[in-house]
Amino acid sequence: MAYLEMSRLALKWAMKRPPTTRYPFRPRHPIAGSRGQLDLDRATCVYCTACAKKCPTGALFVNRLKKTLAIDRLRCISCGYCVEICPKGSLKLTTSHGTPAITRDREF
Amino acid sequence: MPRTIIPFGPQHPVLPEPVHLDLVVEDEKVVAARPSIGFIHRGLEKLVEKKDYVEFVYVAERICGICSFIHCQTYCQAIESLMNVAVPPRALYLRTVWGELSRIHSHLLWLGLMADAMGFESLFMHSWRVREKVLDVVEATAGGRVIFGSCKIGGVRRDIDAECIKQTIADLDSIEREIATITKVFLSDRSVKARLSGVGVLSRKGAYDLGCVGPTLRASGVAQDMRTLGYAAFKDLDLAPITRTEGDSYARCAVRCDELLQSARLIRQALAKIPAGEVAVKVTGNPTGEIIARTEQPRGEVVYFIKANGTKNLQRFRIRTPTFANLPAMLQLLQGCDLADVPVLLLTIDPCISCTER
Amino acid sequence: MTAEANIEIVTPDALLEKVRALRDQGYRLVQIGAARLPESMELTYSFDLENRLANLRLNLPLDQPRLPSISSIYKCVLLYENEIHDLFGIQVDGMAVDFHGNLYKTAIKHPFATLKAPRVTAAAEPKPSGPPKSAGPPKPATT
Repeated sequence: MAYLEMSRLALKWAMKRPPTTRYPFRPRHPIAGSRGQLDLDRATCVYCTACAKKCPTGALFVNRLKKTLAIDRLRCISCGYCVEICPKGSLKLTTSHGTPAITRDREF
Repeated sequence: MPRTIIPFGPQHPVLPEPVHLDLVVEDEKVVAARPSIGFIHRGLEKLVEKKDYVEFVYVAERICGICSFIHCQTYCQAIESLMNVAVPPRALYLRTVWGELSRIHSHLLWLGLMADAMGFESLFMHSWRVREKVLDVVEATAGGRVIFGSCKIGGVRRDIDAECIKQTIADLDSIEREIATITKVFLSDRSVKARLSGVGVLSRKGAYDLGCVGPTLRASGVAQDMRTLGYAAFKDLDLAPITRTEGDSYARCAVRCDELLQSARLIRQALAKIPAGEVAVKVTGNPTGEIIARTEQPRGEVVYFIKANGTKNLQRFRIRTPTFANLPAMLQLLQGCDLADVPVLLLTIDPCISCTER
Repeated sequence: MTAEANIEIVTPDALLEKVRALRDQGYRLVQIGAARLPESMELTYSFDLENRLANLRLNLPLDQPRLPSISSIYKCVLLYENEIHDLFGIQVDGMAVDFHGNLYKTAIKHPFATLKAPRVTAAAEPKPSGPPKSAGPPKPATT
């Protein structure tokens, strides 16, 4: 009996289209609300350093005097703590994961 | 008879995580097994000295990939008990829902690995295909696929609105139908039964004395499930531990397959009864005192022992994970088995070595 | 979830009888946890019967801490006792299965025995042997 059940399943799946998509050649439809890469809006940032203090991995570097805001993409874990804490709303988590980084530079 | 030592692991196709066993073999029968762990030891317990107790939520989540949400939930529960924080009921129900989704994805992963260890590769691919649907549900509700990132001290970080709940229940229906088909095919197959029945029998007394937890213990007839302690929303849900009496590998597999369907029913119950309200309370101050918190992970009972002394760094953070308790039973089972049964026996206790060696 | 931690303080000499008494009542071993406090080494043994926890607490001096092993009573204790030996440096006498310090392979011996995490300096790290690596891709300019 189990043999018939399995043959029925095997035939059904042999006829169907494969359920996998050839990502990244075919794009993946992002699910709304998924936590991807951090997006920095430097126009609205006031350099209060709240995000750098709260970041659990230390991926954000803010210099209040020189007015610079940098992020180390390889350290960011997309937790969203900085997004919650920013008083001006200049940080957002997008749904895409961005391009892979190959060097450990900070992005200014 | 001359003895040979065959090294098993740390790299092996059936192992999800690296563990090394030196198998002392006498002509295809394993006489003894000596474990050697430490490949994933990251010293996470010592990290409490550097990270304060709020940041440590992120570290607790990343102890293990398969059991990540329940680690985070247990940590938050322990700290909330120490600081006497009253978590709102809606947050408790949401944590229960995510915890059971985490259990479903962990058991589906295990089912795929178990089938793959026996050469049943098509079932492996089917069960991981269904797991992708579960991970899509989690990503839509919590934001992350494997590391959920939705639990925090004082509640949860995001809410699920009513429309999302309806969509989740619809997805759950189709997932449950497929799980029922896959588990029926797996458990009724003749070759699977031939390889699993009667192999690695643990008697009821043997399992209890060796300190087993989780499905390994329940398959030997002891109805021990930490969810009956009533944490999160489990006191309001209808739950009975699933047990079997044979104690062999087939019984352990059957317990896990039945737990898949039980978790789907629990999620439906929780989503039907979820109360309205806020999802988090603000927590200030530092914890003091010590506490032992226990919850039920997919692999068994996890124990968190936390000592705090009023500063923002915890003094001691000790986890006893379920695989740590099941390893002596596994070493006992390996004595006297055939060499070909070693991968199967290893997978019936569902080893999660990155939890064991935090 | 959280069990009321009822803790009983014992001395290392009385440990074996207390554990035997708990075993005769049907308790199973849940965990053995060691903590390095500023003044002493503290051990907690936890046992469970029908979801109720019973805990035993020991305080050992920092220099040369020793303990009797309970492996004659509970066979499954081998991993816990080897772990507290490898990570904390607590000497456990009479272990049934003794790994002699080889269970955990760490770069430094007894890493949890000190309060502050010790740093692995370049001098202490074991030097890898083998042919020297060829020059990899050029390093990017760091900011």
